[in-house]
Amino acid sequence: MHELSIVTSIIKTSEKEIVDKDERVLEIFLEIGKLSGIEIASLNFIWELATKGTVLQDSKVTIAQPEGKAKCLDCDFEYHLEKIYDSCTKCNSPFKSIISGKEFKINKLVISNR
Amino acid sequence: MCVTCGCNPDDNQVKIIDVNNKKAQTSHVHSHEHNHGHEHEHEHTHDHEHTHDHEHTHDHDHDHVHLHYETKEIDLEKEILHKNDLLAERNRGYFDAKNIFSINLVSSPGSGKTSLLERTIADLKKDIVFSVIEGDQQTTNDADRIAALEVPVIQINTGKGCHLDSDMISKAVKELAPADHSILMIENVGNLVCPSMFDLGENTRAVIISVTEGEDKPIKYPDMFYGSQICIINKIDLLPYLKFDIEKLKNYAKQVNPHLTFFEVSAYTGEGLEGWYDFLKKSIIN
Repeated sequence: MHELSIVTSIIKTSEKEIVDKDERVLEIFLEIGKLSGIEIASLNFIWELATKGTVLQDSKVTIAQPEGKAKCLDCDFEYHLEKIYDSCTKCNSPFKSIISGKEFKINKLVISNR
Repeated sequence: MCVTCGCNPDDNQVKIIDVNNKKAQTSHVHSHEHNHGHEHEHEHTHDHEHTHDHEHTHDHDHDHVHLHYETKEIDLEKEILHKNDLLAERNRGYFDAKNIFSINLVSSPGSGKTSLLERTIADLKKDIVFSVIEGDQQTTNDADRIAALEVPVIQINTGKGCHLDSDMISKAVKELAPADHSILMIENVGNLVCPSMFDLGENTRAVIISVTEGEDKPIKYPDMFYGSQICIINKIDLLPYLKFDIEKLKNYAKQVNPHLTFFEVSAYTGEGLEGWYDFLKKSIIN
């Protein structure tokens, strides 16, 4: 279950942003695209347990999940991507550039010293 | 801990072994530590709207400017694999400068990566200078097979890790010191999932699939096929004995990645290898 590892990695990254021992993370904003290969349900399932006793304990988590979107390289049509291998819904061309859905980022931390 | 697979570098020693000289170097070369070196652009959204005069003079002797905030926002905007990607670009620059063409060979275990390498090197080593990095969780068996062909080879044992990353490659390349105008073959750990997320700085990625696997592998593991430029279909000498539709496989693969270049080969009989060899020869001329 690689979602546990992802949470662990996010905790480590967050800890590096903490400069005072009184500080903790109030809110964390993640961006995990629907084509990134990460299961959000598994991530949520493991989150509380994994963050216990860390700077992320009780932090409010906001996960933006950009939908998969591609632009057809043959007809320029922009279409929804359910799977990474979906072809253009207009001209059926498999040639495309993916414009969203692959995101895998920590966008923002809100840190408090209270 | 590795973002993708759960391998934990804290208790997992990666070994880089020079099998030509039987010298092992043990080090933690896992790169997922995320030491972001960004400057904190604290936006200090302290909302002191009340005007009490702060008479408390807590003197933080570090010169961070967080004297008055109660909360701060840090816009990280960082890829979770940021550090790996940076190091991969450095590797790529090194390869470019030395005119080394590097190939990241990925596949499930047992597709014949090492056999294909052995055959390729044996057939071409008069024309092309090769060096090899072998990635496996344990043993130097693969590197020993390559070393028998008398080409420079480094074995990386990833321990519990299930893929190579750019930091391991950076360290292995320093040890290996590949020649200018040569081809560097990097045989990744046999795994169709995790290696797809880790750029090593290679010039091209080749996914190998053997005809004893299912035709629908490309859509079962689309990320690996999406991220590769070359697809080598191996063990075609077995086709007469199998119910395997090679066109079906190629159609699935092209659906995932229409830019894929295919080579249909048998590393055992040598069938179809000419096209692959031509590609390799052209790659270091360009």
